[in-house]
Amino acid sequence: MATTVHEPPKIEPRRQRESGNGGWRNLVPADRDRHAVEDYSPPPASTGIWVVVYAITMTFAALTSALIVRKGSSLDWQHFTLPSILYFNTVLLLGSSVALEISRRRVAAFMGGIATPRESPARWLYITLVFGLLFVIGQYVAWARLSAEGLYLATNPSSSFFYLLTAAHVLHVLGGLGGLLYVIGKVRKSELRRSTLDAASRYWHFVDVLWLYLLFLLWMKV
Amino acid sequence: MHDMSAHAVQHHAPPQGFIRKHIFSLDHKVIGKQYYGLALVAVFVGMVLSWIMRLHLGWTSLAIPGLHLLSKNGAPGNLMTPEYYLQLMTMHGTIMVFFVLTTAPFAAFGNFFLPIQVGAEDMPFPRFNMMSFWVTFVAFVVLISSFFVGDGPTLGGWTQYAPLSAVGAVSGPGQGLGVILWATSIALFCVGQLLGALNFITTTLDLRVKGMSLMRLPLTAWAWFITSCMGLTAFAVLMPACILLILDQVAGTSFFVPSNLVINDQLQPHSGGSTLLWQHLFWFFGHPEVYIAIVPGMGIVSHVLITNMRRPLLSHRVMIGCMAAIAVLSYMVYGHHMFVSGMNPFSSLAFSFPTLVITIPATIIVLMWIGSLYGSKLRISAASLFALGFVSMFVSGGVSGFFLAQPSIDIMLHATYFVVGHFHMVMAVAAIFGIFAGTYFWFPKMTGRMMNETLGKVHFWFSFVGTYCIFMPFHYLGIAGNVRRYQAFVNEYLQPLLPVHRFITVAALVTGAAQFIFLYNLIHSRFWGKPAPDNPWEATSLEWSTSTPPPFDNFGGKHPVVYHDPYQYGVGSSTGDYVMQNSPEQVVTEHEEE
Repeated sequence: MATTVHEPPKIEPRRQRESGNGGWRNLVPADRDRHAVEDYSPPPASTGIWVVVYAITMTFAALTSALIVRKGSSLDWQHFTLPSILYFNTVLLLGSSVALEISRRRVAAFMGGIATPRESPARWLYITLVFGLLFVIGQYVAWARLSAEGLYLATNPSSSFFYLLTAAHVLHVLGGLGGLLYVIGKVRKSELRRSTLDAASRYWHFVDVLWLYLLFLLWMKV
Repeated sequence: MHDMSAHAVQHHAPPQGFIRKHIFSLDHKVIGKQYYGLALVAVFVGMVLSWIMRLHLGWTSLAIPGLHLLSKNGAPGNLMTPEYYLQLMTMHGTIMVFFVLTTAPFAAFGNFFLPIQVGAEDMPFPRFNMMSFWVTFVAFVVLISSFFVGDGPTLGGWTQYAPLSAVGAVSGPGQGLGVILWATSIALFCVGQLLGALNFITTTLDLRVKGMSLMRLPLTAWAWFITSCMGLTAFAVLMPACILLILDQVAGTSFFVPSNLVINDQLQPHSGGSTLLWQHLFWFFGHPEVYIAIVPGMGIVSHVLITNMRRPLLSHRVMIGCMAAIAVLSYMVYGHHMFVSGMNPFSSLAFSFPTLVITIPATIIVLMWIGSLYGSKLRISAASLFALGFVSMFVSGGVSGFFLAQPSIDIMLHATYFVVGHFHMVMAVAAIFGIFAGTYFWFPKMTGRMMNETLGKVHFWFSFVGTYCIFMPFHYLGIAGNVRRYQAFVNEYLQPLLPVHRFITVAALVTGAAQFIFLYNLIHSRFWGKPAPDNPWEATSLEWSTSTPPPFDNFGGKHPVVYHDPYQYGVGSSTGDYVMQNSPEQVVTEHEEE
C-alpha cells in the first residue's frame, strides 16, 4: 500500500536557479534588449556538451587501446619522427583557446552590461576562428610532409594510426569551428545565450586538451 | 485533466506543411512513431529471412520459390548455397539486433514518452533528434542495399569477426562490398544513436518539471536514461571500430589482419594486425548492447505490471539501482563472448566472475516482479500478458546463462544451438515481448484509438507458446552437440536431430504467421479502433494526464506540476484507487481510512 501523502513540489535548488524563463544564464545585454531575457534558456546546452565530450573521449579511448594492442601484437611497428610543424600547430591551437577565453569574458561582460562595446564583441571570436583554421591547414601540411617522405596511411601501422588520430581530431576541430561560426552569428544578431557560448568554449578547450593528449601519445608511441 | 502550472510554456509553433509535420518533423512524438515504423519494417524483413533459413534447415533440398530473386548466385534453381545461408543469417542478426531491438523499445517508445513523462514539451535538441532518426534510416537503407549490389550481403555474421571480414572479396561472397556496406551502415547507426542518447540524457536531467525529482521519474524514464548512458559508451566505441574495419578493406591498412595470412590459396598483403583487437572492440559494445535491448523492456514491463497490479513494486529505488548495476557491470563481462577466442585463460576467469555477479541484480529484478505480483489482483490485458511473457522469457533464457558464464562449460556449448536458444530467449524474444507490452499499453495514447484486446490475447498465446516451441528445443539440440551456423546437417550424428529441426521450423512458421494478427490489429485499430479516452488504464504517470493523443506541445501550453511518486495505486482518492502524479489531491492510505 502506498504511503506517500500530499507534499509541496520539491524542486532541486540547481534547477530553480538555472532553468526556465530567464535564469542567470540569460544575462541582460548592454543595450537592454529584453529579447535574451524573455527567451527561454534551457541548461541542456551545458549538460549536453559534457555528454558530447564523454562520447568523444570514449571514441579516442577506443582508438588509443587499439593503438596499444596493435603495437604490441607484432614486430612490424616502425617509428618515425613527427613533422616539426605539429609543434607550431600546437601553439596555434593553444593560442586559439586563450583567444576564446578572452572572447568569452568580453562577450559576457558586454551582455551583462559591465562593459561598453568599444570594439566588436565578436572580434576575439574571429581571432579564435583564424587560429583554428590555421591549425587545420597546419595539420594538412604535416600530412603532406609525411606523404613526401613516403609515409602513407597503409605504409606502416605507426603511420596508419598517425593519420587516423590526427584526421579524427581535425574532424572534431572542424565541428568546433562550425560551433564558433554559430556563436558569431548569434552575437551579431544579439541573440547569444550564455549557455551556448559556454558550451562552445568548453568544447573548444576540450579539443585543445585532446590534441595535447594525442600529440603526447603520438610522440611517445609513433 | 489535473492541475497545471499557471506558468505558460514557451511555444514553438506547430509545423504546417506535410513534409515538416510528418517526414522531417522536429516533434519527438512523430520521431518516435517513425522509429517504431522503421522497427516494424525491419522486424518483418528479419522474420522472413529467418523463415527462409528455417525452411532450408528443415528440408535442405527444398527449392524455395522466388529465392533466386533475392540472389542470383546464392540460390541457383531456388536452392540455397551454404554461402547464401550465412548471408541471410548475418542480415537477420544485424537487422534484428540493431534496427529492431535497439530502435523499438529505446528510440521509438523513449522518443515518444520520455519528454511527456518528465513533463517537457519536447527534447532539448530537436534537430539532432530528427537527424538521429534519418541517419538511422539511411543506415538501414545502406544495409538492405547490400542485397542488391555485387555478390550480395556479407556472410560474416552480425559480429563480423576479423580477419575474414577485413581482407575483402577473397574470403567469400559479400566479403568485399558487402562488408563495407555493413560497416558503413553500423557506423551510421552509431552516429544516430549517439545523437539520440544526447537528447535522452539532457531531457532527463534538465527538462523535468517542477516537483519531478529523479526519484519521482517513472521506471520507464529511468530505464531509457540508463540505456542512453550505456549507448553513449558502447556506440562511441563501435563506431571507430567500424572505421578501422573499413580502412582495412579499402585502404590496405593492417589493424585486424595478421601477417602471412593465406586465404583461398592467396597470401594476404597485410602484416601484423590483431584479430583479437576486433573482438575486444566489438564485444565492448556487443555485450552492453544486450542490455541496451533489454533494460528498456524492464522499464516498460515494470510500468505495465504496476498499472495492472494496482500496486507499486516492492521497491522503486532497488529497481532503479539494479538496472544501474546491470549497466555498469555490462562493461565488465564482455569477455565471456570470447572464452574460445584464444585469449589468456586467466582473462576468461576474470570475465566469468562479473558475469555471474551480474545475475544478482537481474535476479533481484525478477524477484521484485514476482514478489509484487504475489497476491495482487492482476488485470489481465494483452499488455499485462506480454509483460508476464517478458518475465517468463527472461527467466527461461537467463537460466541457461548461468551455464554459459563458466568457461569450462562454455567451451563445450559455445558453437552449438544452446547459445542460439539462450540469446534468443533472454535478449531477443524477451525484448520483443517488451515491445508488444509497450505497444498494447501505449497505443491508445499514441494514436487516440484502442487496440482490439481479444486479438491481442490471441496474438499473445500464439507468440508465447510458439516461442517456447522454437527456442527451448534449441537448448536440447545444443546439448546434443548440434553445431550452429551450419546450413545443412549432413553428419551422421546430426541426422537423428533433423525431426527436431523440422518441428522448430513448423513452430517458427506458425509463430511468425501469428504476428500478422498483430499487424492487422495495429493497422485496423489505427484507423477504425474505438476512440481512446485520455486515461484508459487508470494510470498515474504524466503521459496519461494529457489529452489523447497529446497536443503538439504535449500539455496544451502549460507545464504540469508534480506532487507525487509515480505509482500511487491502491490509495483512496476521488478518482478511485489511484492518484495521478500531477494531482494536488492528498493521498489517503488504507491505514488512515481505518
